[in-house]
Amino acid sequence: MVSRFTAASIRSAAPLFSAMGDPTRLSLVVHLTTSGPESISSLSEGSNVSRQAITKHLRILGDAGLVRSSRHGREHIWQLDPSGLATARRYLDRIDAQWDAAISRLRGHVEDE
Amino acid sequence: MNTSSDQIQKVVSLRASRARVWRAIADSSELGKWFQVEFEGPFRLGESIKGRSTHEDCKAAEIEASIEELEPELLFSFRWHPYEIDSGIDRSQAPSTLVEFRLEDEGEGTRLTITESGFDALPKDRRDESFQRNEGGWKQQVKNVTKHVDG
Repeated sequence: MVSRFTAASIRSAAPLFSAMGDPTRLSLVVHLTTSGPESISSLSEGSNVSRQAITKHLRILGDAGLVRSSRHGREHIWQLDPSGLATARRYLDRIDAQWDAAISRLRGHVEDE
Repeated sequence: MNTSSDQIQKVVSLRASRARVWRAIADSSELGKWFQVEFEGPFRLGESIKGRSTHEDCKAAEIEASIEELEPELLFSFRWHPYEIDSGIDRSQAPSTLVEFRLEDEGEGTRLTITESGFDALPKDRRDESFQRNEGGWKQQVKNVTKHVDG
C-alpha cells in the first residue's frame, strides 16, 4: 500500500495537486481543458475575478507545469500543458491501483476463513 | 468507483460478516497484514500512531496516521500524508489525505466503501478556503473495482 512513498517522480505530483487545490485555479484548468488557448482578457470575461488575480493564478498553474503561455502580439495566450495533467493522473492511477491490490489482500484475509 | 482529482473511492462486497471486516480494519495488527504496514500499537480515537512499511519496495519507510473516527462496525478513518515523508519536509505543513472505511450490511456479507480524499489539499493554513468541493476537475477512467480475486 505505502509503496506510493518511494518513487521520486511521485513527489513531483504534490505541487500539481496543491496548485489545483484553489477553486479559481481548478476552474481555470477545467475551462482551458474545453476551450483551448485563450487570452487573459477572454479568460477574465464574465468572471468576478480581476485580470490581475487571473494572471497570478495562471502563473501559479504555470509554475506547477499545468499551463503555459505564449506571446501573440501584445497578448499572452494561455493554454493547458497536457504533461502536467498527465503526471497528476499517473499519480492517482498509481494510488488507485495500490488500493485495488490492498483490497485483494483484504478479501483474501477476511473471506478465506 | 468514483475517482476525481480530489478523491479515490472503492466500493467492495465482501463475503464476511461486519464484525469480521471491522476487525480486519480497526485492529492495527490485522490492518497491517493486508495494508502492509507494521503499526507500533493499537488504534485509538484522536491519537496518532506510527508504523513502518512492510512492502518490499519500500521496507521500513515510516508512516504516521492520526485516527479521526472510530465507530465500531460502522466507520473508521485516519489522516495520513500521501506524498513523501522526506526528513527535510515539515510534516505539519504537508498536505494530508483522509482515508475512510464505511461498513454496511449487504445480504449475508458486508459492503465496504473506502474513500481517500484531499488530494487537492493545500497546506494547513489555507485548508479551510481551499477545501470547498469543486464541481469539475478532470475525471479519471472509472475502474472496475469489484473484481473477485478468489473467483
